[in-house]
Amino acid sequence: MEFLEQLIQQLINGISLGSIYALIALGYTMVYGIIKLINFAHGDIYMIGAYAGFFATANLGLPFVPALIVSMVVAGLIGMLIERMAYRPLRHAPKIAVLITAIGISLLLEYGGMLLFTPQPRTFPNVLESVTYHMGPFVVNSQQIIILVVSVILMVILTYVVQKTIIGKAMRAVSFDTDAAQLMGIDVDRIISATFGIGSALAAAAGVLVGIYYNSIDPLMGIMPGLKAFVAAVLGGIGIIPGAMAGGVILGVIEALVSGFISSTFRDAAAFAILIIILLFKPSGLFGKNVREKV
Amino acid sequence: MLNIENINVYYGAIHAIKDISINVTEGEIVTLIGANGAGKSTTLRTISGLLKPKSGKIDFEGQNIAGIPAQAIVKQGISQVPEGRRVFANMTVLENLELGAYIRKDKAGIKEDLNSVFERFPRLLERKVQLAGTLSGGEQQMLAMGRALMSRPRLLLLDEPSMGLAPLLVKEIFSIVKEINQTGTTVLLVEQNANMALSIAHKAYVLETGRITLSGDAKKLAASEEVRKAYLGG
Ligand SMILES: Nc1ncnc2c1ncn2[C@@H]1O[C@H](COP(=O)(O)OP(=O)(O)OP(=O)(O)O)[C@@H](O)[C@H]1O
Ligand SMILES: [Mg+2]
Repeated sequence: MEFLEQLIQQLINGISLGSIYALIALGYTMVYGIIKLINFAHGDIYMIGAYAGFFATANLGLPFVPALIVSMVVAGLIGMLIERMAYRPLRHAPKIAVLITAIGISLLLEYGGMLLFTPQPRTFPNVLESVTYHMGPFVVNSQQIIILVVSVILMVILTYVVQKTIIGKAMRAVSFDTDAAQLMGIDVDRIISATFGIGSALAAAAGVLVGIYYNSIDPLMGIMPGLKAFVAAVLGGIGIIPGAMAGGVILGVIEALVSGFISSTFRDAAAFAILIIILLFKPSGLFGKNVREKV
Repeated sequence: MLNIENINVYYGAIHAIKDISINVTEGEIVTLIGANGAGKSTTLRTISGLLKPKSGKIDFEGQNIAGIPAQAIVKQGISQVPEGRRVFANMTVLENLELGAYIRKDKAGIKEDLNSVFERFPRLLERKVQLAGTLSGGEQQMLAMGRALMSRPRLLLLDEPSMGLAPLLVKEIFSIVKEINQTGTTVLLVEQNANMALSIAHKAYVLETGRITLSGDAKKLAASEEVRKAYLGG
């Protein structure tokens, strides 16, 4: 009984944490799906989103939802700007050049963040009251519920956009076959830009949610979640949107279980062990089909 | 309608198209025939803007379209059915057709054209919500053609529509091409199946390793000794 209670409690924690990973992983996977780039600066966009949310609440006094929207818009625009300035000029350059550029951008954002925001962690304003609910033996925090609800809403909107709107169809077309998409009259550069915008906005939402939940943000806060979200994207099958969602949640749950039943010191190790196992046994990820190499 | 003058196209150091000139008059079916690697696809990809010619002019309805981006060329009224169909396999038949109309905003007109595509290709209607990747080769060819028609092109470029299809289906596809042409769309048809292509075309060009070696009236070319030997199996 003790064990079962502990299990369910960790599942609750894990799903909440995992939905954060899922939000970040979506940006990785969408960008990879469309230009085959692992955008290593993506975790830092999450940090930028957290800071945008911080300034929106602490300095502008905005409540949660408007601050979330402001943060998503700001990070979305910055994501598009980075694509325009750093990646677009390298569209026909070798992959390794783009990858190195992404790492450079990541460092630029991290240390630029230190310069602008100072390395000092900031305390996120208490925009959402934290209420703890005791449901029988289980403890659920109201903020965990909000993280989950916001993540689910954003993922539902994203799924709708990608599946039903013409821009979403264009995204899928570009990701499947760029030349054929161009023959439809699709402006590939604009679709790539939109993809960066959407992915960055989702990461920003994750940044704000984490800021609220853990109360503290700093310029290097994006490194670890960025890597974890990358693992989540690979776990689900990189380039596959539902894969990123499932990968994020699975990773969150595994981490919570490892912290709960073994030790929280092994949490990060567990995430990377998963990466190694996936790469060894199913490199295309849980949702991946046989690798379709483009010729 | 389409007037190509002395274009040269390179892939890096490879000179794939050498000083080619092609003229397509409105209302015609013009065919470009030639062996593997002659440069047929390269020519179509250049017209569509996927490749830029190093030199030369491509004039479409009085405008030089050489070097302008592919998505802008579709808006000018040129649509291509690429070699190997290139349907969006992970999307449904309907979604593929919707993407064909990507550049258009007129909802009513799109609906109308969707219906006429389904009329022309009843098999697509039956498979409207099926993933394009699960269609047979012939059905995919029909989908690729329907998709190209959804932009309401004035000039349709077809790259080897008969590739990999059974003879009966090839006949069907060619009669559809003829029909499309008769309803007012000009066609530039690339084919290895020279027999079939020459039988429906008004005018033909023969491409050999990047150069036009023969051109003229399709019927005359079909009768000429040279073409019969090289492309029609005697
Ligand atoms: N992406 C490319 N990079 C380098 N060379 C290319 C490329 N695509 C085509 N070529 C070369 O350009 C020449 C013309 O090719 P193209 O595809 O236009 O021929 P084709 O007439 O369409 O042949 P097929 O009937 O086999 O389709 C060939 O020599 C080919 O090797
Ligand atoms: Mg070809």
